[in-house]
Amino acid sequence: MQLTLHETFFAVLGGLVLLFATATLLGGWLQTRAVDAVKLAWIGQLNARIRASWAIVLLFAIAFAVGSGALVLTFAIASFFALREFVALTPTKPSDHWALVLAFYVVIPLQYALVYTGWHGMYAVLIPVYVFLVLPVVMALKQDMERYLDRVAKVQWGLMICVFCVSHAPAIAQLEIAGYEGRSALLLLYFLLVLQLSELLAVIASAAIGRTPLRSDPNKSREGVLLGGVGATLIGTALWWMTPFTWWQAALMSAAIVVAGFMGGLVLASVKRSLGARDWYDGAQLSRGVLDRLDALSFAAPVFFHLTWYFFTD
Amino acid sequence: MPPIVWLVRTLVGAYPHWVGSAPSANQRIYFANHTSHLDTVVLWAALPESLRANTRPVAAKDYWGGGGLRTQIARDELNVVMIDRAREDPEADPLDPLRDALEHGFSLIIFPEGTRSAQPLPGPFKSGLYHLAVEFPHVELIPVYIENLHRSMPKGALLPVPIICTVRFGAPIALREGETKEQFLERARNAVIALAQ
Repeated sequence: MQLTLHETFFAVLGGLVLLFATATLLGGWLQTRAVDAVKLAWIGQLNARIRASWAIVLLFAIAFAVGSGALVLTFAIASFFALREFVALTPTKPSDHWALVLAFYVVIPLQYALVYTGWHGMYAVLIPVYVFLVLPVVMALKQDMERYLDRVAKVQWGLMICVFCVSHAPAIAQLEIAGYEGRSALLLLYFLLVLQLSELLAVIASAAIGRTPLRSDPNKSREGVLLGGVGATLIGTALWWMTPFTWWQAALMSAAIVVAGFMGGLVLASVKRSLGARDWYDGAQLSRGVLDRLDALSFAAPVFFHLTWYFFTD
Repeated sequence: MPPIVWLVRTLVGAYPHWVGSAPSANQRIYFANHTSHLDTVVLWAALPESLRANTRPVAAKDYWGGGGLRTQIARDELNVVMIDRAREDPEADPLDPLRDALEHGFSLIIFPEGTRSAQPLPGPFKSGLYHLAVEFPHVELIPVYIENLHRSMPKGALLPVPIICTVRFGAPIALREGETKEQFLERARNAVIALAQ
């Protein structure tokens, strides 16, 4: 039996609303019962992730009502705030002004416009090739050679993570897969679900069984991450019916999402620390935690996009 | 939220950080470092909405009074007090419009350096702050440090780049007995610098 697109959407969104409503109530109940500081911090982390999950449901409800342009626009805005956060923690100089103007006001809109039109041949190379070549030229024109390569590299890296990688999430919804026409938005929802569940399950499992805390994220333990990853992969496999994959393909894809997502968290935690912030959201409020929520996605989106594009489109 | 506040929040955040004082309806003079044309709007936008209505930024007539959109924002949104840096009328005291606003119960936002500096840390202060401190002893003087804005819109730049800026409000200072003008201004400047660390 093949459900229609509308039916699938409503079934999935309805399921999610139930799931997250339960999680929200449970999280709130835990918060009122917690007594010690360590537990409270953990529940705070959990509730922040549950709120992020609601954002996914809301996003797709809106996208369902007004079309996939809303998805592209939302991720464009997320890129903007993520890059703003990244630049705030990166020591740029006044002579980098034009390079940053270019990054914010030209590269972000252009990249997402290309994603929206589905011009894969161009949005796949815009930042890694053209911006990579143009940015050092713009910065060289300023004749400020102090830490020149350093500054060029940091702006380019910020663009790669915050714009290039993140933009591959809405690009999933623009893929044209034979036998799956008009349903690619479901595939994006699937991707976000597996990713978000691996986060949620890892945090819950880490608190439940504890053991060795991760150096990159003290709220998770090695065992918890492993358990969360396995759980998310199993759920991803069970959800094969909303994807163009067979069940074993869905299992491999989910595993790829989980592993790439974990690497994203690891790498961005290291970057964060090397830039001197304990958290993208720090006490001095130089950031607002957008990158904290996007770290796993920034690595998993291009990987999942590319695997799907390579194996499932002509 | 007025559009100008919304725009500032989107571009540079303008997140308030009350380090040494809390938001209050007491009459105050906020004095801050000055690195960008955006300072005026950013400090104002960082205040809670309830305080914005009776807090007036002091701004240079030669920049904000030239007409067009800028003047419209200055007059209608920020309700600025125009200060005549160029002293068109040599007889008039440039501080008079400030005194007038303080007498009417408004709080003020001033940039005592008098002009934008290229450095994040403020240069020497002009004497206006001292005179106001002498004449209005009941008004609280709050040092403010605006972080990062020189990176968002350096002197000479036309477009602000989105970078998160924080606005730190310090503990109030007051004129001490027997303190000279120079000592007081240096202490005020150091209060702003201390917030930078």
